[in-house]
Amino acid sequence: MTGPESSGALERRRVRVARGFSRPRGGSRTFNTAPHPFQRRSSTPWLYLAPALVVLGGLLAYPIYQLGLISLFHYTQAQVSGGEPTTFEGFGNYAELFRDEQFWQVLLATVVFAAACVVCTLAVGCALAVLLTRVRAVPRLALMLAALGAWATPAITGSTVWLFLFDADFGPVNRVLGLGDHSWTYGRFSAFFLVLLEVVWCSFPFVMVTVYAGIRAVPSEVLEAASLDGASQWRIWRSVLAPMLRPILVVVTIQSVIWDFKVFTQIYVMTNGGGIAGQNLVLNVYAYQQAFASSQYSLGAAIGVVMLLILLAVTLVYLRLLRRQGEEL
Amino acid sequence: MKLSARLVAVAAVLATAACAPQTSGNSSSDKDEKTGTLRVWLFQEVNNKPKEQVVDSVLAAFEKAHEDTDVTVEYIPVETRAQRIKAAFNDPKSAPDLIEYGNTDTAGYVKDGGLADITEEFGAWDEAKDTDPTARQSVTVDGKVYGAPYFVGVRALYYRTDVFDELGLDVPKTQAELISTAKEIHTARPEMYGIAVGGAYTYGAMPFIWAHGGELATGKGGSYASAIDSAASRKGIEAYTSLFGDDNCPAAKCAGMGGNDTVTAFASGKAAMAIGGDFSHAAVEAGKVKGKYAVVPLPGVEAGSIAPAFAGGNNLGVLKSTSHRTLAVDLMKRLASKEAQGALFEGMGFLPTFSDVREQVAAKEAFVKPFVETLAADTKFVPASAAWARIDSSLVLPTMFQEVVSGKKSVAVASADAAKKMNEAFGSAG
Repeated sequence: MTGPESSGALERRRVRVARGFSRPRGGSRTFNTAPHPFQRRSSTPWLYLAPALVVLGGLLAYPIYQLGLISLFHYTQAQVSGGEPTTFEGFGNYAELFRDEQFWQVLLATVVFAAACVVCTLAVGCALAVLLTRVRAVPRLALMLAALGAWATPAITGSTVWLFLFDADFGPVNRVLGLGDHSWTYGRFSAFFLVLLEVVWCSFPFVMVTVYAGIRAVPSEVLEAASLDGASQWRIWRSVLAPMLRPILVVVTIQSVIWDFKVFTQIYVMTNGGGIAGQNLVLNVYAYQQAFASSQYSLGAAIGVVMLLILLAVTLVYLRLLRRQGEEL
Repeated sequence: MKLSARLVAVAAVLATAACAPQTSGNSSSDKDEKTGTLRVWLFQEVNNKPKEQVVDSVLAAFEKAHEDTDVTVEYIPVETRAQRIKAAFNDPKSAPDLIEYGNTDTAGYVKDGGLADITEEFGAWDEAKDTDPTARQSVTVDGKVYGAPYFVGVRALYYRTDVFDELGLDVPKTQAELISTAKEIHTARPEMYGIAVGGAYTYGAMPFIWAHGGELATGKGGSYASAIDSAASRKGIEAYTSLFGDDNCPAAKCAGMGGNDTVTAFASGKAAMAIGGDFSHAAVEAGKVKGKYAVVPLPGVEAGSIAPAFAGGNNLGVLKSTSHRTLAVDLMKRLASKEAQGALFEGMGFLPTFSDVREQVAAKEAFVKPFVETLAADTKFVPASAAWARIDSSLVLPTMFQEVVSGKKSVAVASADAAKKMNEAFGSAG
């Protein structure tokens, strides 16, 4: 993917400057240069798209539509099983949610925690990806296997193991550091830190493998030229690799943002359902406790919609920013 | 812009096409067939064989008494019971006729429209007159009866006889003594908790609140109001939370513990006392402390009194959607009969819900004596409101205790916040 980009980048940029930002939404470059073959029979593309659209509609649009619909009703177990009639509430569930002080605290904690997780995951993943290209076959294989092991471990197993490592009475970490029976899950920040370690541990392999694949596809002459010019490893990453790997970095960043924003298992297992007095709650666990565990499905749906909108907004803003900087995705 | 306008139009069409989310018709069945297959869901216990034997012998008698009837029993795992039972309410066609359920769920299931009102049959059942009042309360919502109590579970004070002997301590007779004894033990034996307590152990903490005259909530039927922030309740919260600290059970470790954690700590010898249930007996027997402990009722505020305990346990209930109502009620009565409950105690150690049967078994088995005494003294129950499920699952009370023991909030502030959350739940549950 980086080969043609590096050769044709200059030409393309000139084209875009000429056109400004009025590029059509279709995204195809041939669209403007040649007469469109489908213009006379406009139903044909839809025909080709139909199977994909049906699947997407059934698996994506319909559930989201249901989620939005449920969030507008008073819908608890009593309504589902017919014990009480379903009543339309309008935005009542949202109003209830926004009035709840704890929701805002949890939202803030979630955003900060997810941001920290994303930054750490990307830093560790990219650093190890670069490392992978610099070491010999045996250590590379070992690192790969270790990363794949972490990747393949189910979240609940990983969380339990990390919790055991940091256990106050029997954990090896306390023994090695000589901390006696220090409890890592008692303080708010130390508990979040513990969960962050686990989240980074189980999500960096995806970043590492993807970025590693990207680096492999970068022509070696470019890197050679950079090192001949005397660029340091950091400089090569900043000025050569990062710009060339941008599309990959965008994808892994968005993926990480979405994953880390939705983190559930790690918090639920490691802080015993949200920590002491709910200090480690994140939005997903909060939604589960407030809504689904007590069958307040409509309130849970409202939280789901809010999360969806936040994630959509974050992703769109991010893409927009990148586009401003003139990057093609 | 064009695209989004089109999207809005599509959404509008969809919104008008579908009016409301799905609801299943769960009205009570008008059929009452006298033959056919009855389906029963009971909980799968840790060691389930003895329970199966008791149930099987009841079923044999039932099938003999009713010609052309057949009963299938399914033992469902306790962890997934909530989902299974909700699913049964959602889909009456594949639902069982009779279920076992936790007694704190009664009000919620009634509100969900899942359980049949069997007030008449319960009243006409001659054995029911010996059902103890708290057990009866646990099947009653708004004066109507929605099942038969199956067994009760209650908590008392486990203590290490060897530790008490070595340190020359007496078994505490009041809660003040309990607290000072716990601290004394921790001073003499710093590696041990005087009494293992947990910030998430609601049912271990409630006896302290009740003993001081406090309440979870006051009111009846539809209109409950939280009383967790009353002066008496606050005294109880203060007493319980004073047990967290470096002089007994360090907050860093104990704030997050639940009931099972405290029993595990006791069973493994890390605590000199713990509040455990009759159902914890097997776990403690299997631990390191076997033969080195005894159980007494948890003391109240006054010397010689017993702190009111929470009466947990399970009930049996007939589903509203059953098409074999008469048969299902008869089977329920047989499964929850005095004879069957006595047999269930022999096999599983579950305490009977009939006062007279309980006294008989207490005479035979020494270990249940303190639990039976506790039940005889005074027991309390959670508010019979559907809001309880919400209060329980959103961890209102554990959060309150944890806020106090971690020093984030004072007792007054934490209890006022908890009361506010409880009242919101009561208000929205109606």
